[in-house]
Amino acid sequence: MIPVGFDYARPDTVDGAVALLAEHGEDATLLAGGHSLLPVMKLRLGAPELVIDVGKLTELQYIRVDGDEVAIGAGTRHHTVATSDVLTTECPLMPAVARTVGDPQVRHRGTLGGSLAHADPASDLPAAVLALGGTVVLRSPRGERQVPITGFYTGVFSSVKEPDELIVEVRVPRTARAGWAYEKFVRRANDWAIVGVAVVDGRVGLVNMGPTPLRASQTEAALADGASIEDAAALADQRTEPPTDLAGTAEYRRHLARVLTRRALERAAAVADG
Amino acid sequence: MSIMGTRVVRKEDPVFLSRGATYTDDLTDERLTGALHLTLVRSPLAHGRITGIDVEAAKAAPGVVGVFTAADLEGLSPTLMFPAANRAMVRPFLATDRVRFVGEPVAAVLTEHPYQGQDAAELVEVDYDPLPAVIGLKDSLEGGTVLFEEAGTNLALAFDDQQFDDHFFDDCEVVVTREIVNQRLAAAPLETRAASAAWGEDGRLTLFASSQNAQMARDEVAGWLGIEASQVHVILPDVGGGFGAKIGGDPTFALVAWLAKQVGRPVRWSESRSENMTGMLQGRAQLQTVTIGGRRDGTVLAYRLDVLADAGAYPAIGTFLPFFTRQMAPGVYDIPKVESRARALVTTTTPTGAYRGAGRPEATAAIERAMDLFSAEIGMDPAEVRKLNVVPPDKFPFTTKGGGGGAVYDTGEYAKAIDRVLEAAGYADLRAEQAARRERGDVLQLGIGVSSYVEITGGGEFREDAAVEVHADGTVTVLTGTSPHGQGHATAWAMLASEHLGIPIEKITVKHGDTDLIPRGVGTMGSRSLQTGGVAVYQAAGQLVELAKQRAADLLEASVEDLEVVEGRVTVKGTGSGIDLAELAAKEQLRIDTAFDSGAASFPFGAHVAVVEVDVESGKAVVDRIITVDDAGPVLNPLLAEGQRHGGIAQGISQALLEEVAYDVDGNPLTATFADYGFPSAAELPSFTLVDMETPTPLNPIGAKGIGEAGTIGATPAVQSAVVDAVSHLASATSTCRPPRYGCGRHPGRWEHEMSEKVSITVNGRPTTAEVEPRLLLVHYLRDVVGLKATNIGCDTTSCGACTVLLDGQSVKSCTVLAVQADQQSVTTMEGLSPDPEQLHPVAAAFRAEHGLQCGFCTPGMVMATVSLLEENPHPTEREVRDGLEGNLCRCTGYHNIVRAVLTAAESSGSAS
Repeated sequence: MIPVGFDYARPDTVDGAVALLAEHGEDATLLAGGHSLLPVMKLRLGAPELVIDVGKLTELQYIRVDGDEVAIGAGTRHHTVATSDVLTTECPLMPAVARTVGDPQVRHRGTLGGSLAHADPASDLPAAVLALGGTVVLRSPRGERQVPITGFYTGVFSSVKEPDELIVEVRVPRTARAGWAYEKFVRRANDWAIVGVAVVDGRVGLVNMGPTPLRASQTEAALADGASIEDAAALADQRTEPPTDLAGTAEYRRHLARVLTRRALERAAAVADG
Repeated sequence: MSIMGTRVVRKEDPVFLSRGATYTDDLTDERLTGALHLTLVRSPLAHGRITGIDVEAAKAAPGVVGVFTAADLEGLSPTLMFPAANRAMVRPFLATDRVRFVGEPVAAVLTEHPYQGQDAAELVEVDYDPLPAVIGLKDSLEGGTVLFEEAGTNLALAFDDQQFDDHFFDDCEVVVTREIVNQRLAAAPLETRAASAAWGEDGRLTLFASSQNAQMARDEVAGWLGIEASQVHVILPDVGGGFGAKIGGDPTFALVAWLAKQVGRPVRWSESRSENMTGMLQGRAQLQTVTIGGRRDGTVLAYRLDVLADAGAYPAIGTFLPFFTRQMAPGVYDIPKVESRARALVTTTTPTGAYRGAGRPEATAAIERAMDLFSAEIGMDPAEVRKLNVVPPDKFPFTTKGGGGGAVYDTGEYAKAIDRVLEAAGYADLRAEQAARRERGDVLQLGIGVSSYVEITGGGEFREDAAVEVHADGTVTVLTGTSPHGQGHATAWAMLASEHLGIPIEKITVKHGDTDLIPRGVGTMGSRSLQTGGVAVYQAAGQLVELAKQRAADLLEASVEDLEVVEGRVTVKGTGSGIDLAELAAKEQLRIDTAFDSGAASFPFGAHVAVVEVDVESGKAVVDRIITVDDAGPVLNPLLAEGQRHGGIAQGISQALLEEVAYDVDGNPLTATFADYGFPSAAELPSFTLVDMETPTPLNPIGAKGIGEAGTIGATPAVQSAVVDAVSHLASATSTCRPPRYGCGRHPGRWEHEMSEKVSITVNGRPTTAEVEPRLLLVHYLRDVVGLKATNIGCDTTSCGACTVLLDGQSVKSCTVLAVQADQQSVTTMEGLSPDPEQLHPVAAAFRAEHGLQCGFCTPGMVMATVSLLEENPHPTEREVRDGLEGNLCRCTGYHNIVRAVLTAAESSGSAS
């Protein structure tokens, strides 16, 4: 299957892309790796008038330590995140989660910014950034703004990102010494997570447990109050709204969230101890 | 030394691993020059009345040559797809007044370019009055809504020659009954359905098609078109998997031919994966009620099987398959009393047909589950109970009592097969390990499943044709009525000819799938090829040797009895004198045309053990080990036979754990893409342990039975049993429900976007440049602009990896990259790795050596993914290989050998460096 026809632009700079976005508004879509967008377009579930290709913009492709944070260019591909020495040292959760996205071919193309912008609650990386308490940097003709990931998502496939904004950077805290783990439950290796749980430094991000990536706030609060891992994990599905679909019922997802959270917290504790 | 029984690598592989196989959609045949492209408008509704179709907007769209609906199809009348089904249940080529499943073709659009077809198809306006969907078999049986008003019933075919006896289980101490779902599966060959038609000036039709049976396709298409079979020339290019779903002709083949005639131009058709998942015949789909009774000492006394079979919307071959299920109802067991009945019903779902095993896996799953239930009820070991009840070796030939006249088992050593597989599995140790884990309350509980099976191969059609000819240049041509879609006939049939002629297989060419060249044949299905088509070749070559000896006797002034054929030469025994077969052929054509008729089906059998770990906290089941005995008699080529076993086992495991075609209550398919359907990758499966055992059949001179489906039949119940076994000591699990997930979108046609972009892409080291539409996918750039056809398209959802190429050295799926995104970059395809079939790249060579390819459709993607994997990890473990190939699907499914090939390639490059 093939997409509905569209116009194509490949600006040379981020500012050029932003200008095009401003000009075309909701008729335009950004294309980075294309691994969220193109399948949707091929199945004709989406049909943008203009596709703005930012996939070759090297100014969006970097990983560097910046103060207490690691700054990751939004155009950085999953494979690069997965194999980054800087991240492996400074924020090991990110490469570990990136390694579970899709399959090798998908990881060679898909980008961090694209994954975050697509806002699929079943995606791995948004929940990881959420658990890390990261920040999304957006640029528009009005300039740049920083949005904490905790306030970024508003619903299924939607976020506070305006149609004329482009994610240019993702900032995650340096968490080298914190315990971390990612538990992803799938039936097939390259499926979307039925449920995923990212844990870092006592914070818990949940994949596919509601319309957006979520924090297991009750679990985090219980841990902060000194509860045992087992007791805290039993609260992981509180305040979630998991979907029911072919892969599992909401009830099953709630059960998985509790089990996987316990396992992730135990693994994270082991990492921290080690 | 005999070549038979040796591990000969495949002759077809060097081409498959360099320029790639040539599938129907790859053809550049000059007869197809100027071909139009067919796109079908399909029903988005499971059941409804068509109240209007407006094709005007579509007709006005760019590139559209014609739009056709049922009203236009003069000469193509609705047809009964299976002759014995209810005669009112005919299938139209395009829906007439009613649609009966999502995906049913409603209108046909012909365009100059395929991209235009998809745009125009969306502009065909069809108005429907929705009718209630009929999804469940019990609902269909109740008949609240009937699909065919003229029929007045949803019953397509009843198998009711046995009346159930109310006192059937009266003498049993223990009786257990259970309802079992044998879920619907998609055959999903990686090459979807495809056909191309061209009419010659002589008025004859040439039809290129992806099918398992050229001659059957010819006869069916001729019948649908209302012309003589002699007016149809069917040519099968390479076929990218079939698994039963490509048996004979597809009604769309006739539509393609009809349209080509109508517009006076060749027409090409190749469906998308989404269309395939709703349009191609699907398999299994039975609701079974089993009742088993016997004594507490383990003796089974009576077994009853009651089947409701889902025919889908239009009765096709799936309607008939319960016949086999009933014949095979008692499986390997000598049960004093067996009774069965079956009813095939129409529902508003995709029609059903044959899928690997076709009726026999359903029988085996039912009886094996029943044996487990019975064993559990009396508290005996399930393997012991099986051995107690099997047909003993002295009872063959053995006639079953399942109904439909029963089946006659030729030979079998059922208890021996069970003993061997238990020994190889270390059954007692496994049970001890299981007990220990239960005692400890481990999170990972161990389940051990045992299955024993027998199945029908080479049934129904017992005859097959062959010709063998030695040429004056010393080469040999073999013509066969069977044709491969991954089984390796080009190699195996050459071995059979070589055995008699002593001519090396490199000089033997096997031709198949061309109805002008080979007018008579049955084809490849039901695991029949070797024991019919192969044996016919063996017989022809043997007869050719006799003919050559007779001719040579005069020339050599020797008696025929003193002559022998050695290494392609007729020689006088004990002397050096003789004459080459080639020389004889130069004097007079040296050719034998023959047919072999086995006269009956053969019954291969075996036993499987599955070892499964179930995470009792998450519910995840992972197959840890599979150990199998699959006895199909003497093995011609172990490499090929093992490949068939691996593939069958993998598909069988997949039915048990992952696959199901699902619908919501409104009849919307929930598994219409590979993203949703549970097609496994290498990452979900282990390597297999195969145990050898050979019990010959007396039905043919080489003693061979069929092996293509055996693994599927044994593996599913073994894995099912293992999962149940793992948690049998715990409370029962909850079930899941399945709500609707899909909407359907429409988009107005949009051809104001006629802008084109100039791209420059280096392909296999050579610069290429073209003006392209921005939406052109890289895979289409490679295939249609550059003309490199090795790279295949297997799905719409970035799932299958058949289109994998290297982009600047990294693997990517070229169906999910726009050509414009690859501008100024470098692409490597499989053709670039091994331009010369005689000089295969080390990875390609490893795939050949390990038999890492069957139908070849996934192969280009698999090879390219491997190159990328080894670039990033030159010395992977088996686990890393399996995970590294998670993005590439092989339906055949040869992961066992693919993984070995990758490991071999890693080793060979390691030793080189």
